[in-house]
Amino acid sequence: MEDALLINRLQFAFTIMFHYLFPQLTMGLGLLLVLMKGAFLKTGNNRYNEAARFWGKIFAVNFALGVVTGIPMEFQFGTNWARFSTFAGGVIGQTLAMEGMFAFFLESSFLGLFLFGEKKLGPKGHFAAALAVFAGSWISGYFIVATNAWMQNPVAYTVAADGTVHLNDFWGLLLNPWLLWQYTHTMIGSVITAAFVVCAVGAYYILSGKHPEHGMVFMRFGVPAGLIASVLVAFPTGDAHARMVAEKQPVTFAAMEGLFETKEGAELVFIGQPDMEKLAIDNPLHIPKLLSFLTHYRWEAEIHGLKEFDRSLWPTNIPLLYYSYHVMVGLGTIFIVVMVTSFYALKRNTLPSLRWLLWILMLAFPFPYIANTAGWMTAELGRQPWLVYGLMRTVDGTSTTVSAGNSLFTLLGFIGMYFVLGTLFVLLVLKRINTGPVAVEGS
Amino acid sequence: METLWFALVAFMLAMYVILDGFDLGTGIIHFLAARNPEERNILLRAIGPVWDGNEVWLLAAGGTLYFAFPLLYASSFSGFYLPLMIVLWLLMLRGLGIEFQHQVHNPLWKSFWHIVFSFASILLTIFFGAALGNVVRGVPLNADGYFFEPLWTTFTVVPEAGILDWFTVLMGLVAFFVLANHGSNYIALKTLDPIRTRAHTLARGSWWGVVLTSVAALAATWSIHPEIWDNYSSFVWGWIFPAAGVAGLFGMWYFNRTQEDLKAFLSSSLFIAGMLAATAFGLYPKVLPASTNPAYSLTVYNTRAQEYGLQVGLTWWLIGIVFVAGYFFYVYRTFRGRITVVTEDGGY
Repeated sequence: MEDALLINRLQFAFTIMFHYLFPQLTMGLGLLLVLMKGAFLKTGNNRYNEAARFWGKIFAVNFALGVVTGIPMEFQFGTNWARFSTFAGGVIGQTLAMEGMFAFFLESSFLGLFLFGEKKLGPKGHFAAALAVFAGSWISGYFIVATNAWMQNPVAYTVAADGTVHLNDFWGLLLNPWLLWQYTHTMIGSVITAAFVVCAVGAYYILSGKHPEHGMVFMRFGVPAGLIASVLVAFPTGDAHARMVAEKQPVTFAAMEGLFETKEGAELVFIGQPDMEKLAIDNPLHIPKLLSFLTHYRWEAEIHGLKEFDRSLWPTNIPLLYYSYHVMVGLGTIFIVVMVTSFYALKRNTLPSLRWLLWILMLAFPFPYIANTAGWMTAELGRQPWLVYGLMRTVDGTSTTVSAGNSLFTLLGFIGMYFVLGTLFVLLVLKRINTGPVAVEGS
Repeated sequence: METLWFALVAFMLAMYVILDGFDLGTGIIHFLAARNPEERNILLRAIGPVWDGNEVWLLAAGGTLYFAFPLLYASSFSGFYLPLMIVLWLLMLRGLGIEFQHQVHNPLWKSFWHIVFSFASILLTIFFGAALGNVVRGVPLNADGYFFEPLWTTFTVVPEAGILDWFTVLMGLVAFFVLANHGSNYIALKTLDPIRTRAHTLARGSWWGVVLTSVAALAATWSIHPEIWDNYSSFVWGWIFPAAGVAGLFGMWYFNRTQEDLKAFLSSSLFIAGMLAATAFGLYPKVLPASTNPAYSLTVYNTRAQEYGLQVGLTWWLIGIVFVAGYFFYVYRTFRGRITVVTEDGGY
């Protein structure tokens, strides 16, 4: 049973992390595509349309991979987590079914129109198609985060006689207080990824001299979007989300921050490794009292440490949770610095000549992916040992009839399949970038 | 309420089989209907703008099944663990076959993905047919409503059967011929000669396959699961479903001869809808019969979600389906007509 639990968790973790590499780009890029098409519609400048077309093709490859790697996520609720599905289907079946009805149909129908129908639709229709694809991807995100928010902070349910939970308040589920900040934080995180990717290709085109004019167009969209998103992801969304965790999941919060002792005026740890034998942070670099202030706006406020809680309530992998959280926050801070600098250079028209800054932008694109992944790891590791916080433990959610051997077989299958997919994906995107944006006739 | 949701989930699954069915059917006849790279591009272009939206019906039906009948979703998905994972991988390969082939202009690259597309479509079709066969035949449910089936055991219909036995493989063959015919009708509708003529020939040939395998499957169902007819004797109006199927079957033959492509395509759609509805009608109220002990069968009553959830769900489902109908009408209208040439970049 232990083996099966571990393999089921590994399979879900592996497939969701791989899956989320694609939607996090398409959700953010969808927004930038709308802006590019909108700018073209307003100014008639063909460069904007060429940029939109170029990114539309990158979007399409990402979207295709997002779809094919997304289907296993919905399936796994039933295949590997049958007891969880039986238990919680009466509530989260709602959001998952709504995602299909309201988001998937919208996205998939209009993506076909966006990719194949530019001539038939005309500029305005094509803009509308971009808008519909963008809306679809953000609605999809809403229902998925709503599902996760319910698992983090179960609301709007009653427990039936057989122990399963059932919805009793539709709007309560869709307006879960946890959801507002988790959703905005996640969506803005995906805009950061898209902005950095757009800037990285732009920087490459300028540095290599291949398409410097398009490179600058990319910068004019990527840098402002990156700046606004980097700020918003920290404040107010990240800040509010962390305080939500402190309020609803104090054990998780203590583990994320690496706080073992309950204290008034708790310090904020920047660097240091949790030592789970001594129950302390090794070589800590911290600012006294800052954690209390950030959490409660009072320097002397009391924060609960891990030792105050029963061990059976502790997240199962505290060091990994702590590192995920710190990696996310650390990278987020760096994003603000990079984007503020780039925006300043863009406004002063010095960006094309600042080669060191272009090098940074060209090479920085993997880090938002890491930060977004680390953010989700924080959410999911932080929820442990619960599958539904306070209601169902992860160990009680697996499928009893699927043996560890069968799960391992499919986990290995997914690893092999995704290795091939990943390789092809990188090949195709590099090829697109190498081909570059194509000038529209008559421009 | 649970009966209504049973009908709605069945409706969504039937929409999936009809719509994605012609994508799969195109994959089945891919190398027979198209003889050179340009023709193969035309076939893929015929489904290119719509296949993804069609596949969404499967996801949406799955989501709706999860929402309305949580225990059924949990039980069947964990019980059919291996075939579902294989279906997932095949769905991935099918999608990649369509989307990746036009990304690199190299004949070997293109050939490879065309083969992947066709191969995955054929296997998917057979697996979907076998899945339906499992539902009709019954599965070894335990008292908690769970089960697990290996891929195969002895290939005979016994209580501890595997996913594949002679009955489910037969159902896989039915699906193969039905979707080959359906895909041929779609391709005939969307292309010009010489592809169109070949599609007519393929539709004619596969029609005989449909008739022969369907009759065999019907006889087999009669022998292993006779209680599927009980509903038909209690509710005579249910005969409308098989009657619709037979009408569709006749239309498939007649409109193939008169070369009325749209009517032939609608006929194969009617046949699929009629036959699936006839099966669902025969199963009701069971949704997953037990081969172990009839009392363990999963029904709409013992797997459903509670009343409140099903009621609010009906509101948003009805709103949603109106939008969906709008999108599909608009997309199919935009991409209507026969495909003549395909530009190098897959029509972007």
